Amino acid sequence: MSETLISARGLTKRYGDFTAVDAIDFDVAKGESFGLLGPNGAGKSTTMRIIAATSQRTSGTITILGRDPEEHGPQIRAHLGVVPQQDNLDTELTVSENLFIYGRYFGLGKKFIRNKIYELLEFAQLEEKRDVKVDTLSGGMKRRLTIARALVSEPDILMLDEPTTGLDPQARHILWDRLFRLKEIGVTLVITTHFMDEAEQLCDRLVVMDKGKIMAEGSPLELIKTHSTKEVLEVRFGSDRNKEIAPSLRAICSRMEELPDRILMYVEDGEALLEEILNRKLHPTTSLVRRSSLEDVFLRLTGRTLIE
Amino acid sequence: MSNAVAIADARANRTGHQIYAGRARAIIERSLIALRSSTWVPVATGFVEPVLYLLAFGYGMGELIGNVTLGDRAVDYTVFIAPGLLAASAMNGAIYDSTWNVFFKLNESKLYQGMLATPLGPLDVALGEIVWALFRGLSYSIAFMLITAPLGLVPSWGALLAIPAAVLIAFGFASFGMAITSYFKTYQQMGLINIALLPMFLFSGSLYPISVYPDWLELTIKLLPTWHGIELTRDIWFGIIDFSSLSHLSYFLVMIVLGLFFTTRRLRDLFMR
Ligand SMILES: Nc1ncnc2c1ncn2[C@@H]1O[C@H](COP(=O)(O)OP(=O)(O)OP(=O)(O)O)[C@@H](O)[C@H]1O
Ligand SMILES: [Mg+2]
Repeated sequence: MSETLISARGLTKRYGDFTAVDAIDFDVAKGESFGLLGPNGAGKSTTMRIIAATSQRTSGTITILGRDPEEHGPQIRAHLGVVPQQDNLDTELTVSENLFIYGRYFGLGKKFIRNKIYELLEFAQLEEKRDVKVDTLSGGMKRRLTIARALVSEPDILMLDEPTTGLDPQARHILWDRLFRLKEIGVTLVITTHFMDEAEQLCDRLVVMDKGKIMAEGSPLELIKTHSTKEVLEVRFGSDRNKEIAPSLRAICSRMEELPDRILMYVEDGEALLEEILNRKLHPTTSLVRRSSLEDVFLRLTGRTLIE
Repeated sequence: MSNAVAIADARANRTGHQIYAGRARAIIERSLIALRSSTWVPVATGFVEPVLYLLAFGYGMGELIGNVTLGDRAVDYTVFIAPGLLAASAMNGAIYDSTWNVFFKLNESKLYQGMLATPLGPLDVALGEIVWALFRGLSYSIAFMLITAPLGLVPSWGALLAIPAAVLIAFGFASFGMAITSYFKTYQQMGLINIALLPMFLFSGSLYPISVYPDWLELTIKLLPTWHGIELTRDIWFGIIDFSSLSHLSYFLVMIVLGLFFTTRRLRDLFMR
């Protein structure tokens, strides 16, 4: 077991009467890529901010590199690179000025930062934009710049709060590629997302959060194995007939989820089940056999879909 | 271990290291970079205002008024109002950056949130922004001095001390301005600052001695920072330094400390709670 960088026990955050993070436990090991997966309002960003020493917990304990953020906020923040959910780039400055001044906030020398800027611009593929004001960048460019900015201090841990939300598929893949590269050089990643494909791609290990609680923990594969079946058969009978037919389906499949528009059936062999359904003359308008995903894990754990 | 970590660790045992990283400079550096690419028009307007007052009242009304008695001597009306207008330049400059600009950074650009995600603390941000606002106040008052001196409105070399006084006044106004702004949530509330400032300036003895007021009003005016600023500058301008000048000085010291305290606290509550 490698060194533990972040360790939380009974971590709780309340806003007034409302509990945003509810007694969660987790550990993040050095070099690991750790994910927080959950729907809107699950408490992902709140957890990220507590780790980043920019929000104080209500109760429980947390250590980051062995230190308590309540006593060593600035020292902890010196180890971190933070990519917040919403970009907060300095819109009055250019791309390279943004990188430069952020390094200065860490107290880094001008010469060091100037050299670093070349590397970061290359990393973010923004060399051509170096002297452009930030407001003229596209969403994907801004996101890449925010990540590059978080790297100026050579952090040990990179905190990414929904790094790819709002990006088109191509931009997402470029970003994923950049993050893989960071992982390769040993940067520990903490990522939140509500995209299961992203979690599957990027995370070695993740926790599924809902309403402030951790519902499950493990690698994407483990989670699917433990909480779902190998395959999923999705059938649609049209929204009025779904309800009517569900009982007859239940007879041949022990695990089912009824969604407003379709029925999900969890089995080891989806094709076989579909054949059985057809044999019984229950003709679905459409059907699809696919492998289980984290989406199914989430549905199983919470009874809700991840993206409503 | 990265350099950033070593820098932060070096301060780990100092008192107050949680709120101050000793790097307000970095915030000022940011403003300098931003200034390079900003428009200079608003810079000019804030400075022009007191100069217009000087021309309109000093050379316009002054013709009608002639001399004003100050202690046991009579001074030309234009000379009488010049120090108050220098104080106004300092206040204007300080308020410019510490109110509307701060409001934008707090609410629109989320700039402070980004700064506070680094090892910087809320006092770094507060001090950096306030000192930057003070610079503008300082440059306005220097410019004002450069205009009034050739016009023969600066009575002695000693009056040059009005510049350090302007720094103190600007510091006080910037500090208080940022503190108030950090508690304001809407544009309407921000509008109140501008609405309050003009009458505060006009009625605080900038254009005539406040002894013309009934006692209760005179006492109320004496609570206002504008009055203390105008009086302090006028004391220095005419070389009448006494106990009351000291009280003006202390007034601004208290204003600076309170403003820094509340701004720091508010930034922490907003972004680090
Ligand atoms: N400053 C705050 N004051 C009051 N409530 C808050 C505050 N910040 C967050 N919350 C509440 O805490 C809950 C969790 O919010 P959080 O931002 O952590 O969710 P999230 O998992 O990041 O969701 P999303 O996917 O929408 O970003 C939400 O119900 C939110 O309304
Ligand atoms: Mg969030």
